[in-house]
Amino acid sequence: MSMPIPRPARGPQPVRVPDTVAVTVPQHSRWRRNLAQPRTLAGRIAAAVLLVAFGLLFLYPFAWLVAASLKPRGEVFDNALIPKTFTPGNYAEVWNQLPLLSWMGNSIGIALLAATTVAVSSSIVAFGFAYFRFPGRGLLFGLVLATMMLPGAVTMIPIYLIWKETGLLGTWVPLWGMNLFGSAFYIFLQRQFFLGLPRELFEAARLDGASYWGLFWRIAMPLSIPSFIIVFLFEFQASWNNLQAALIYLNAGSVDEFTAPLGIAYAMTKYSPTAGGHGDYQYVMVASLIITLPMLILFAFGQRYFIEGVATQGRKG
Amino acid sequence: MVYSLYISFSDYNLATNVAEPIGLENYANLFDDPRVGVSLANTLFYAVLAVPLEIIVALFLAILLNRVGRGAGVFRTLYYLPKMTPAVATASMFFLLLNGNNGAVNQFLRLFGIQGPQWLVDPAWVKPSIVIMTLWTVAGTMVIFLAALNTVPVELYEVASLDGAGPVRKFLAITLPMISGAMFFNVIVLSIAAFQVFDQAYVLFWRDQSNSSPEASLFYAIYLFQQAFRQFDFGFAAAMAWLLFVIILIITVIQVKFGNRFVYYEGDR
Repeated sequence: MSMPIPRPARGPQPVRVPDTVAVTVPQHSRWRRNLAQPRTLAGRIAAAVLLVAFGLLFLYPFAWLVAASLKPRGEVFDNALIPKTFTPGNYAEVWNQLPLLSWMGNSIGIALLAATTVAVSSSIVAFGFAYFRFPGRGLLFGLVLATMMLPGAVTMIPIYLIWKETGLLGTWVPLWGMNLFGSAFYIFLQRQFFLGLPRELFEAARLDGASYWGLFWRIAMPLSIPSFIIVFLFEFQASWNNLQAALIYLNAGSVDEFTAPLGIAYAMTKYSPTAGGHGDYQYVMVASLIITLPMLILFAFGQRYFIEGVATQGRKG
Repeated sequence: MVYSLYISFSDYNLATNVAEPIGLENYANLFDDPRVGVSLANTLFYAVLAVPLEIIVALFLAILLNRVGRGAGVFRTLYYLPKMTPAVATASMFFLLLNGNNGAVNQFLRLFGIQGPQWLVDPAWVKPSIVIMTLWTVAGTMVIFLAALNTVPVELYEVASLDGAGPVRKFLAITLPMISGAMFFNVIVLSIAAFQVFDQAYVLFWRDQSNSSPEASLFYAIYLFQQAFRQFDFGFAAAMAWLLFVIILIITVIQVKFGNRFVYYEGDR
């Protein structure tokens, strides 16, 4: 049963959002926006109040986190947003007690490797799917997309055993090595972008004697920088947050070798009273804040890429 | 994948790297181990609670943002910030916010005369607590809805208004069908994610092996991880992974079958 939907009348159509990854976040024109707005004053005020209320709800934990990181142990639970006893010394303490710098360095190194390899490899695979026409292409691409539905838990064990065979356990390699083979969602994203490029461009370059590699490297890549950045940022964030892989591959090593998320888990235990700590949760808050900051900075610079990348995910649905 | 399937039929010895085929024994053990059932029930409970709530909150926020026009960008950014917070940081933060005695959440509830629960201690409230953490990072789903809402032609609402349709009717007859594609995508993706919930539960309850943790927080992914990388029972864990895969597959197929009846694709006529 399909719902009877009146189609918009023919003639001047509102600007269609292209399926390709346009990096300017598509916004509708002014007249359209106004129509969507509540018409009554009361409606507008209600909407504004709700927006601000939700804004406060989402921001409160951040404000609380910053405050808690600047409190002495006894005041963490007073929940005041301005610390009664201002204790910036917490930061120095954490610096001394936890190898935060090593954790951040490890995480940045792994995230850079992971993001770079997956962005390059996914682009190459995507270019293959976008440019070459070969029998079974649709089927093969469908298979690639199907791997998106595969829960990570299913491949986790064989991948671990494979890395064990290679003797690379305990190094960074297992944390980014699989990215050499691309990743389904990123391949999809890059392919969409390549498909949006005019084919004539490639034909002309072929006539001028460019190799396939030249087509990819000299034409497709420079033009697809926006979606390349999306892939890079997404994977950087995913790698930064990845606790499970770090647990599997780095947990056996020394504390200095931990990544940022593994470090937080370690700090939670270290200061937990049940494990012999004194409940110095203000230190955990300092560490949590410090490992969150790089992501907020990344978002400050790459916000439109993040939003556009997420929006694209839905558009294929 | 195939390797994984093979391991699930074998008894893997880590010291010798030999996987001895033992047929269906691992799968039989799955049913003998009560903790598999417990973790599966926990995970199902969590998914049934989390997915609809995420959808409702995300859709509500998206509609709100879509109606505002100017200033929506600022709020979208604000709402998205939690999504950038690493899950471990979210977990450690909410560990304190949800403290049963002095946490900020319960202190807030006390303003209204409500005595909040012992969120992370009371087995009945463990899963709702994790749902709250998930809801805090709902902005990704919201952005997908927002993008879908932007593609709904305004003419439809105009025509409906001329026909005298009220806001509820417009929402049911226009908005919902027009964004059903995004809805479908979100439901499937969130369900798959819910079945693999790990990070928050691990940081809050299972990071410390010596610590006895409430069984209510034993999610499937946690137990699978423990079996594989704490007990090193790879055969058992691989069987668990395959059971999970089959469950997710069945649920996804049901969702697709069900979705096909309701989802409106722009291309169809």
